[in-house]
Order: sequence, then structure tokens, then C-alpha cells
Amino acid sequence: MSQSLRPYLDCVRSSLTAAICLENFSSQVVERHNRPEVEAMSSPEVILNPLHISRNENEKVLIESSINSIRISIKIKQADEIEHLLVHKFTRFLTGRAEAFMILRRKPVKDYDISFLITNFHTEQMLKHKLVDFIIEFMEEVDKEISEMKLFLNARARFVAEAFLTNV
Amino acid sequence: MSHSSQSLGHVPIADHSFSADRSTLALARDISVELYDTSGPKYSLLTSLTGHDKTVTAVDIAPNSGRIVTCSQDRNALVWEPAADGTYKPTLVLLRINRAATYARWSPDEKKFAVGSGARAIAVCYFEEENDWWVSRHIKKPLRSTVLSVAWHPNSVLLAAGSTDSHARVFSAYVKDIDARPSPTVWGERVPFQTLCGDFVSPAGGWVHDAAFSPSGNAVAFVAHDSSLTIVYPSAPEQPPAAIITVSTTLLPFVSMLWLSESEIVAAGHDCHPVVFSGSEQRGWAIDHAVDDPQQAKKNVGKENSALNMFRQMDLKGTPTSATEDSSLATIHQNTITKLREYASSGGRVSKISSTGVDGKVVIFSV
Repeated sequence: MSQSLRPYLDCVRSSLTAAICLENFSSQVVERHNRPEVEAMSSPEVILNPLHISRNENEKVLIESSINSIRISIKIKQADEIEHLLVHKFTRFLTGRAEAFMILRRKPVKDYDISFLITNFHTEQMLKHKLVDFIIEFMEEVDKEISEMKLFLNARARFVAEAFLTNV
Repeated sequence: MSHSSQSLGHVPIADHSFSADRSTLALARDISVELYDTSGPKYSLLTSLTGHDKTVTAVDIAPNSGRIVTCSQDRNALVWEPAADGTYKPTLVLLRINRAATYARWSPDEKKFAVGSGARAIAVCYFEEENDWWVSRHIKKPLRSTVLSVAWHPNSVLLAAGSTDSHARVFSAYVKDIDARPSPTVWGERVPFQTLCGDFVSPAGGWVHDAAFSPSGNAVAFVAHDSSLTIVYPSAPEQPPAAIITVSTTLLPFVSMLWLSESEIVAAGHDCHPVVFSGSEQRGWAIDHAVDDPQQAKKNVGKENSALNMFRQMDLKGTPTSATEDSSLATIHQNTITKLREYASSGGRVSKISSTGVDGKVVIFSV
């Protein structure tokens, strides 16, 4: 892991641990509803200040928390157009299967590539420190995955070009 | 120092209450209230009280009459009257609130109970003989948001309430036909219904999760979402308080708190273990020690959900956790502690506390 990635992930980890302190909270706007306040945004007093953590302009995390839910949005590193394309395909693949991922949000927050929505019902079912581990691991892995895919794509392009040109 | 722990499934427990002789335990979980027989080494389910159709948020057993009050996010509160054959007869309370009920507590004299709600109101309920039902009066001003907790003063007239507008307030819940005229306290001399006797803001504007009067009733303490504990000593009616002492901690927020004696408070919450504070008005307050401290905890506790974790890990990561990696926390509770209650006391000091958590555990700590 590179020198600057470690403090970045440590910062995200401790911020997430502090932010995922959720409790069951019934809506005070709509009768008999219990909905994630960070999505509903209808009671300002139960929403906390959002938190930006950025490593550089291309890689950043937005943590929006409320009394019963938090939303974590991640901007994945995109250095060039190929990476941009790969990230788009990759996140689309994941969000298309959002039900199976439980905490994944179907649509990312504007300016971010992928968003997670963790409610109090998730923290009741799952261990909190493992949820944090999962997000950190996801952030570590996704960069690796994208660069691997880019290498593979380049290698394949070279092979195709070679095969095409030798036949001429 | 010994702690006994009972694992009662994985459904979160919102609130719990022991009967006066500690032989019955009532748990608020999901949409029902479960009564457990605690006489054996393992708690056994006696009966399940089903009457609510949304999450039950609070349960309280009156120590003398044995009546159980429950409230729920379905906007209702029920009073369960015990019958001779061990069954319970529910009576609906006329709460007149249109949002979730969040918290219910009997007053020490058991003539009234208070229900906090998301309708920005506290309903003070009492029994009306002529109509044979429980009616309520509302404390509305100046509540601006959901009431998260209510606590009674030992004189059964004053009420402390914590809410998400980051205020802890002290109200009068004096109902003329029910209560005898209360003797003057440091909070006020004449206190008609809905008098605001004290209004305190949490230091960093965090939601006030729990508030409680000291055993004498001459101080009030509250815990807020900014991981702080604040103790307020009033001076005289209508005067600014003599001292407001705030203890800020680096722990995760506390959700529940309890006075052990005039000079000790225990609080617990998202850090999954109780912490004892000690101090006084003159000395100030500070953290004394942690109960069930994860730093020095034995590694052999809380392994019961490892099979569940293994499958969860396989689901999340595609690999089961290796045998060396322990996925459980070092504390007894594996998730947020939702409520602390007095379990036993000796010599005017609480010596044992009971706690319940989101992990479905009931633990009795010696403090």
C-alpha cells in the first residue's frame, strides 16, 4: 500500500466508526413511517453535518450521517478515459445487483461513483466493525481491480492489433 | 467482579424491565413484549404480550402493582393488568399523539406514567376512575423535536426529558386531582402542570439520549450524542444552576445512563460496555473506570454467533474468516447497549445493573 493511502483509509475507518452510531428512529413527519432520515431529509435536527475526506481531487469519500442511517459515497480514482469507462461499467454492474448487496445504494450520489446506505436495521443484523471493514476493503480492492482491468484491456488491445496487422 | 450474561436470540432488545422481586423480566423486542422467568440458570419464555403492530420502544413494570406499560411506534401505549392466572389484560391508553411513542416510565408512586413521543410532546397519563380508562395530558412547549427519554423525580411530580433538539428539560407533571401538593424542591416551589423548571443544552449540540434525576432528586444528568455526560446542580427556583459539569469523552456516544449513588453514574451505549463516572458538585466529575473493559477482556467471551459470522463473511467477502481471526468484540455485548437499569442495591448504592443490547443479550453487571 502506498504511503498516502494508509492515513487516508485510517481516517475513513475512524470516521465511519464514529458515524455508524445508529438507533431505531420513527419519522416525526409522516405517521407510522420509519425511514432513513439521511434520505428523507425532512427533519433537519436529526441530520448531522456531512463529512468530506479526500486524498486528492480524484479520490474522495463523502459521509452523510443521521440518527438512523448513514450514506457513504466513494469517488473512485479515474486517471484517464479508459479508467473512467471501466469505473462506470464496474459500478453499473454492482448497482444493477444492489438487492444482493444489502447496503449498496441503487443510485450513487451526484459527483460520486458508488454510494452505500447503512440503516439501523443493517447494524442490528450485522456487526458494525465488519461493516466498516467491508467498506475499507472495498476501497482498497476497487483501485486494484480497476488497474488490473486496465492492464488486461491494454494487453488485449495490443494482441488484437498485432493479430490484425500480421494478417495484412 | 462477576457478570452474568443471557443470550436470548438475535432480535434487538429496545428496553427491558425486571419485576420488583427480579423473578420476571419483560423485554421489548420487535412488535411484542416477551416475559421471561428468570428463576432458572437459563431464562425461559413465559409468555409473549402481543398488542402492538409496530416496533415496541419501551416497557416498564410498576414494582408494586405489577402493571406493565408498553409503548410502540404504532402511536399507542398499553397498560397490561396482571390477572390471578398469570395472564395479562391490555388496556389502551388515550394518548392522543399522532407520531411514534418512544419512551414510557411509571412514576415512583405508580399513579401516573409519562410517554415521550415523536409528536414533539410528552403525554402524562393517569387513571380516570369515572370513565375507567387511562387518559393523558400533554406537555408540548417548548419541545421542538422527538422526545428520546423521560425520567421521573423521586417526588413523582417533576419529569426530566431528553430530546433530539439537543435539550434536556425538567418539567412539572403535576396533575391536580391525582397528586398531593408537592413540597418545594430546588427545582421550584409552585409547579403547575407544564412548568418548565430547567432547560439545558448539550455541550456540542448532540441529541440527548437519556436523562435522569439523582437519587435525591437534587441534580439531573444527561448523556448526549456528542459522547458527553452533563450533570446539572440547580441552586434555587428561577435561578441559574449552581453548577453545570460536563465530562467529554473520547468514547462513542452513550445511549443510556443510571445514577448509582449521589456521586456515581454509569453510562453505556455504542461502545458496548458500561463506564462509571464519579465526582461531586465541588470536585467535578471524571471517568472512574470501565466495566467489562475491552482492553483487558478475556478473549473467550461472546463466541456464540461465530457460525452466523462465518456465513456472513462468506456472503460478504467470499471467504470464511480464518480460525485465528476473531470476529467478535472483546466486550460481553456484541452491539450497542440500549438500556441500563438498576438490578440490586446495597447500602443506598446500586451494586448490580442490568443491561440489554441490540445483540439480544441481557447482562447483569456488578459495579
